[in-house]
Amino acid sequence: MDTIQDAGRYGFRHLGINPAGSMDQYAMRIANILVGNKPGEPVIELHFPASAIFFEQPALIAITGGDFTPTVNAENIPLLQPVLINRFGILQFEGMRSGSRAYVAIRGGLKISKWLNSYSTHLRAIAGGFNGRILAKDDEIGISQLDESYIRAIEKKEFLVFPWKADNKNDQSASNEILILPGNEWDLLTNESKDKFLGQTYTITANSDRMGYRLDSKELLSVLSNQDMISSAVSFGTVQLLPDGKLIVLMADHQATGGYPKLAHVISAHHSRLAQMKAGDRFNFSITDLQDAEDMFIAQQQHLIQLENGCRYRLEQFLKS
Amino acid sequence: MKYPIIPYRIFPLGDSAVTVDFDNSIDEKLNDDILKRVRHLRLNPPEGMIEVTPAYSSFTVYYDVMALRRSDSSKTSSFELIKKQLEEFMLQSLPDDLTNNRMIEVPVCYSEEFAPDIEKLAVTKNLSVEEVIQIHLSGNYKVYMLGFLPGFAYMGKVDERISMPRKTKPENVMSGSVGIAGTQTGIYPLTSPGGWHIIGRTLLKLFDKEKEDSVLLKPGDKVRFTSISKHEFENY
Repeated sequence: MDTIQDAGRYGFRHLGINPAGSMDQYAMRIANILVGNKPGEPVIELHFPASAIFFEQPALIAITGGDFTPTVNAENIPLLQPVLINRFGILQFEGMRSGSRAYVAIRGGLKISKWLNSYSTHLRAIAGGFNGRILAKDDEIGISQLDESYIRAIEKKEFLVFPWKADNKNDQSASNEILILPGNEWDLLTNESKDKFLGQTYTITANSDRMGYRLDSKELLSVLSNQDMISSAVSFGTVQLLPDGKLIVLMADHQATGGYPKLAHVISAHHSRLAQMKAGDRFNFSITDLQDAEDMFIAQQQHLIQLENGCRYRLEQFLKS
Repeated sequence: MKYPIIPYRIFPLGDSAVTVDFDNSIDEKLNDDILKRVRHLRLNPPEGMIEVTPAYSSFTVYYDVMALRRSDSSKTSSFELIKKQLEEFMLQSLPDDLTNNRMIEVPVCYSEEFAPDIEKLAVTKNLSVEEVIQIHLSGNYKVYMLGFLPGFAYMGKVDERISMPRKTKPENVMSGSVGIAGTQTGIYPLTSPGGWHIIGRTLLKLFDKEKEDSVLLKPGDKVRFTSISKHEFENY
């Protein structure tokens, strides 16, 4: 399932239109940075088995996120490095090594129109992205805007893997701990359920997608009073308790509002880690506090800014040479 | 006019949103006030606000953690910075703005082929199908909030005589279906799984992505349902 995504569609939740956007925003940003795109440019979000992409014109691309063993004309190419693809090059993905979503950014961005100020595909509304749908065989997407100097520079060059690599401080294999902040209904949990919530291991079930991850656990959780909740706002990372005692974590395509108890929220700095997990993966929840959550998120964003500055300089040097 | 101070709570919705919550209730006056506050926030956004969305008895502000941190030289957290702005905002008495006076008429066909749950609802509530329709038609409804699907308006309140808790298992619901859940009524803008009891269908487009203004019903709108025959529905 491959779709066009960006940072998301904001300002329309009050009309029931949720942001959608890339599941792994961090990886999406790095892909755009590596090719010198602005942060808001659309990228292709891939799930394995992923589309093969045929380039009718030369292109500077970068792949981040999950490692699906990318190749260009059957030659392995690395993640996290800019790659120059020649005219008639074929980008393919040969096997799932790690992660669950890969991002392809192309210098200049993609030639598609915005819907409500965003390129993200809203599958439910059949709007945004590429005709509001999942990419299919024979779809053609143009490259948006390319400057002359860049075109001249790449036309002279052969297939090339650029000699610099973005360090990914967000390696998803590093840990299976997901940090959370307690939600407004955390205290509705019985003390026993609070201990279980934090003590047990969760497995992502096959019934998980861009809308949310349904979690399997040994022990079911229960709330003190089964008071009727009325709908209110939710967010990416909100952990809700379903009537059957199991948990769901809301992901990029989540609905704008929800009526189930909001027990917790996955911190923003761990959205990327969570987004790279797949059905069958196991993890634990641990509690942190708001200050730490913010600090971790800011550290991530500052890393992106540094990376952006470094990559911009190197790309400029390269295009001059 | 002095503005009554309604008790409220501010709590974080994760690390990049904050909810101002008044009560876990469905109350028209309270919701009017929330919608007014939301309109005001949208016109005069606090530093760092990305967007604001109302619900029945709360509103939620999504904020930019980085922008807030940059705006302040102290080490104060972004949450504290947005919370402080909202607390000050809550002390303001807002002038009565142009209250939303839109009244939208929604023609509904209650014919049984579009109303798969109306008979069960009637039986459960000891009413005839015709009585269910008349009670639904007699109501003046208000859009309290949108959510669930693009353009899905949560409207209330439905007369207790025809209110019924939502189904435990969602079923497939056709676009345009008019449903009841508890004391709420709503219209499905898109075909989708859903748990509301379906009592009719409209041909009005609740959501149209081709339009600049893609959503028909907005928070604060008033809605009345009118009954149309199957013949009128098919020739609408």
